[in-house]
Amino acid sequence: MPSIDTLIVVGVMLLKVLIIGGALFCAPLPLTWIERKLAGRIQQRLGPHRVGPFGLLQPLADMIKMFVKEDIVPAKADSFLFKLAPILAMAPIFAIFVVVPFGPDITIPFIDYKVSLYITDMNVGIIFVLAISGLAVYGLIFGGWASNSKYAMLGGMRSTAQMISYEVAMSFAAVGVVMMSGSLSLVDIVTSQSGGFLNWNILYLPVGPLWFVIFLIAGLAEMNRIPFDMPEDEGSLAAGYHVEYSAMRFAFLSLAEYVAMVSIAVLLVVFFLGGWDNPLGSLIPILDYVPPVFWFMGKVGAFIYFFMWLRFTIPRYRYDQLMTIGWKIMIPLSLANILATGMIKIYADYRITDVLEMVGLKLW
Amino acid sequence: MPIDYLPVLFMVGFVAFGGVMALIISSIVRPKNPYAEKLTPWECGMEPIGGATEGHFRIHFFVVAILFIIFDVETLFLFPWAVIITDASISTIIFVEMVVFLFVLAIGLVYAWAKGALDWIK
Repeated sequence: MPSIDTLIVVGVMLLKVLIIGGALFCAPLPLTWIERKLAGRIQQRLGPHRVGPFGLLQPLADMIKMFVKEDIVPAKADSFLFKLAPILAMAPIFAIFVVVPFGPDITIPFIDYKVSLYITDMNVGIIFVLAISGLAVYGLIFGGWASNSKYAMLGGMRSTAQMISYEVAMSFAAVGVVMMSGSLSLVDIVTSQSGGFLNWNILYLPVGPLWFVIFLIAGLAEMNRIPFDMPEDEGSLAAGYHVEYSAMRFAFLSLAEYVAMVSIAVLLVVFFLGGWDNPLGSLIPILDYVPPVFWFMGKVGAFIYFFMWLRFTIPRYRYDQLMTIGWKIMIPLSLANILATGMIKIYADYRITDVLEMVGLKLW
Repeated sequence: MPIDYLPVLFMVGFVAFGGVMALIISSIVRPKNPYAEKLTPWECGMEPIGGATEGHFRIHFFVVAILFIIFDVETLFLFPWAVIITDASISTIIFVEMVVFLFVLAIGLVYAWAKGALDWIK
């Protein structure tokens, strides 16, 4: 029989899982609306504007439509894998959020109970993130293969090859982050960057910006968005691996894509932009009263906006160009950068604030 | 601690439960009238010829998967090294060791490159 303290800890974990999981299930509702409004703004049209004020109820209408549409399983499809694939695509991406730290510990007033704003702090956080996000490939390849359709098969093959190619570069970038921060735990990575934007890993000169770019490009490819959305290239593949899916199962696959977008934004913020860290440190005293979660959400929102902006701005790569970038540019670059980071870490481990302090300039 | 990994099970269970519940609820309200044409794979309006999963796929995808296994397993070896590299007593020797390790890895990449395994169009 576990002790009462353990039961409370498990109960709090369960509650946090319900809150974060529920929030992620609902996340595509505002995100699709924002994305379509943004598309309208960029392409000089209105976007959704009929359902509700400013079209705000459009995602709800879409959801109801998904609910009442017929669910088609092709006759020749492998029915078990076909039905399993959407859940298999969703679950690993949701599981990433188990280790994401959203903010520092807070104390609930009145009952004086200390709550941490992450579900769990694993000591192997980064390896867990890489391992579990790798499992998402199975949903795509099973979905593409089980449909028994040529377009879906090609789309599944392409997305698998693309995701595993860029996963190598992403793992290398994660090694770079571990070196810069000196820990595998995501909470420690965030706290190692605290104290203003000059301490963030993106400004760990000279290697930080390069790791950021490598991780950003690999992340864009991992979540199958423009400019790397070959798996669902409408021009040549109809819709890629989900061409045979309809109704709720299709909704799950697109939900997985939106949550993947959020997860990449979150990882970029945690790894390179200091997580919940206040960008100006204590330079402006009034900013100390802003809750840290606000900074975290603001940075994540900025990245999501950036990803949507990219989608309507730049064209798509060709598939062979994509593989060339992944294997012939990103991987040699990251191999060289690992050695450079190691060298700097051993012989010149200085952040910008350290250098400023050395010349007698203390900002905060 | 093992309890740190419990929420992973909770989260996967929550997603699976939510997904299955949504499917069950929608199965009550959605129509169901399949017929033979509706259940054929989508193929530009033509009759599909042959199956898609009979084993015909480009072998290049397989080569990429093999390369992925090699490189991704090797990155896993880098993580412990990345954590302890700041330990001053061993940092120089493990750095040299890692140079050798990455050199071997780079030879593998150069070999795959020279053999044309990385070229998508031949």
